[in-house]
Amino acid sequence: MKSTFIIYRFDPAVDSEGHYQEYSLETAPTDKILDCLNRIRWEQDPTLAYRFSCAHGICGSDAMMINGRIELACQKLIRDFKTANNFVIEPLPLFNVVKDLVVDMNPFFEKHRHVRPYLISDLDEPERERLQEAENQRFFEPALRCILCASCTAACPISRANPDYLGPAALLRSFRYIFDSRDTATGSRLAQIDTDDGVWGCKTMWWCTDVCPKGIPVTKCLGQIKRLVREKQKTES
Amino acid sequence: MNHQYDVVIVGAGLAGLRAAIELGEDTRTAIISKVFATRSHSGAAQGGIGAALGNEEEDHWKWHMFDTVKGSDYLADQDAVEILTKDAPRTIYELEHMGVPFNRTEEGRIAQRAFGGHTSNFGKAAIKRACFAADRTGRVILDTLWEKCLQRGIDFFNEYQIMNLTVRDGRCCGVTAYELASGTLHHFHSKAVLLATGGAGKIFRTSSNAFASTGDGMAIAFRAGAALEDMEFVQFHPTGIYKLGILISEAVRGEGGILRNSEGERFMERYAPTIKDLAPRDMVSRCILREIRDGKGIDGKDYVFLDLTHLGEEVISSKLAEISGFARTYAGVDVTKEPIPVQPTCHYMMGGIATDTDGRVMVDNQDHTISGLYAAGECACVSVHGANRLGCNSLLDVLVYGRRAGRSIRRYIHTIGLSPLSGDDPTAETAAQIAALMESTGRERSGAIRSEMQKIMMDDVSVFRRGETLVKVMEKLRLLKERCGQISIQDKGRCFNRDLLDALEVGYMLDLAEAITLGALNRDESRGAHFREDCPDRDDEHWLVHSLFCYAGPKAAPQFLTKSVKITDFEPKERKY
Repeated sequence: MKSTFIIYRFDPAVDSEGHYQEYSLETAPTDKILDCLNRIRWEQDPTLAYRFSCAHGICGSDAMMINGRIELACQKLIRDFKTANNFVIEPLPLFNVVKDLVVDMNPFFEKHRHVRPYLISDLDEPERERLQEAENQRFFEPALRCILCASCTAACPISRANPDYLGPAALLRSFRYIFDSRDTATGSRLAQIDTDDGVWGCKTMWWCTDVCPKGIPVTKCLGQIKRLVREKQKTES
Repeated sequence: MNHQYDVVIVGAGLAGLRAAIELGEDTRTAIISKVFATRSHSGAAQGGIGAALGNEEEDHWKWHMFDTVKGSDYLADQDAVEILTKDAPRTIYELEHMGVPFNRTEEGRIAQRAFGGHTSNFGKAAIKRACFAADRTGRVILDTLWEKCLQRGIDFFNEYQIMNLTVRDGRCCGVTAYELASGTLHHFHSKAVLLATGGAGKIFRTSSNAFASTGDGMAIAFRAGAALEDMEFVQFHPTGIYKLGILISEAVRGEGGILRNSEGERFMERYAPTIKDLAPRDMVSRCILREIRDGKGIDGKDYVFLDLTHLGEEVISSKLAEISGFARTYAGVDVTKEPIPVQPTCHYMMGGIATDTDGRVMVDNQDHTISGLYAAGECACVSVHGANRLGCNSLLDVLVYGRRAGRSIRRYIHTIGLSPLSGDDPTAETAAQIAALMESTGRERSGAIRSEMQKIMMDDVSVFRRGETLVKVMEKLRLLKERCGQISIQDKGRCFNRDLLDALEVGYMLDLAEAITLGALNRDESRGAHFREDCPDRDDEHWLVHSLFCYAGPKAAPQFLTKSVKITDFEPKERKY
């Protein structure tokens, strides 16, 4: 089947603004969109830039807009689209474009860093493992599926309106440590994000959950943080 | 642009990150990586990490050591395997203390499950030894270690491609790297360099590996004088998704999944009566291909079924969530209702840069080293995996030997200063190399050469090999290398020039493909993952030795040497399961 790919192009060395370029390609229903981009690059236009690595949805490199929706290019097959012979491919929204489909992710990782994404414990480490209830682990397990692809944050309308908002991905990482029974910094973690640019920036719009390629219920996880903040306020007052 | 550090680590997968943590906060450390750190291929490790914790049943490191040695078909160095397996429980506890969210038992201890080739009591029965976080074990360890490095303030140079090592008077004192976003060259001047660049699975057409796994570090070290070791031993994982090669973890069989042929028969019972589907990967891959050759592939095609329909939704959703997603997305299979079509896929390089147990890089079989140069992880060969790696020993290897390399580098840098670099620009050689490529008007494209190499290697140098064919492959690879000199770069830009990287990568892979093929040709026996149909038996008299490969210039095949195997506890025996 012949498919048409209309791809956003921007080369900072020559372009003052982006434009779209059309490519056509023989495709099979089981081709991944990433396979198609690779073939365009190998066979037609070696200047096309995009990120990729594992090609099966675990490294998180290749989030982009496909027909107006944020997807991982390696996790979507031609057959997954009803418009199977027309594709519009654009870079992730929200971030600055470096070249073509490659965006500057530094602001995203800065926010990640901001939530102290590591275990903090003021207890002595035992000789063996710390005990942890399987039940506790199951509670924050959804957050462990995160591959830092930035789809959720790019989709979030609040993130688009307020550049200071931490965004769903960073808050999800916060959730992962807040609810890990081994972490003892819960109080300071909650205090840090109990702000309008923190967890209260979330207006429960579900876009993050909708686009997450790993099926993480991001909005619900953020809701659990809000609930805990309120519970703390109640017990303190 | 020039940078100065105490240590430069190339590669931000688990070996590199673990070494960086070991170097400590008083060591100025830079990590450079061709992909953003969390995109490293360590993150694709699914099933688990082996350690004799004994949380589920009685276990001892010595049993683990025996399994590893037997799994290696007695080619692993037993002193190195002892270090690996003895240090495994400490490694797991350390990861847990750092925050890795391992699955738990009902008592809250780290849960463990069965994995291929792991047994109790020196081969008596399968044992639960793999610690795991669902089927995203590598991913969560990668996240945890990367975040630990962020906490430490270690400098990451993401999307920097290593180009050359700076070696002066037999001492490594830095690397030149190419910044993908700007096309500029950077020199990192340092007291020591650790290569932790991972594998080279993209040499073969069907592969579970990431696009980034092109063996850059191995080839660059090789060209700079380091010896490569045991390159002919390439692991084909038995269960890649049909046609795609995407990995379906051995954990599936560890949890009770079964391989079936077109007759619905559990064929592994015939080949490995004791541990059946949990036989080591080299054996299972060969068994699958034998079934297919006997006409028992599904629908007469070249795949078999991996059946987990009997495991139940609870086990699948709590322990095998990722792979059920892969099966659904890529094969259109609901694993609770249908079996997954699978075939062997190139997965892991047992061979790599020859190192000692402290990560020092060797140049020959006489224990000579390049001072200041270290290697760890899949790009290195210690050797703990010998002729065949056991499942869940690779995560262990990267962590144990990544840490040891970090520790020995830490000792080394306190004994020396930064070596002075003479007046020349240390990036000049690399700049000339890039300029020559960019200006080349040759008619070749890297993509075509890469595809041909991948096809040749898959057809003739994968699970089954024959001497006469390998002779022909050597010639074909030589021709491909010649064509490689005629590649021209179509992308003339400086920003994210993948065309340039593709050309470099195919050159690296061809050097390694040549070493793999030469080793396979010279080693006229069958051992572990190396199976010669014209010499189907193991030959301990002549070949209980490591293969070593030394660079002999861009046009010549590598020089071939051998090195003795260290045997301490377990004398070679026939390998049956």
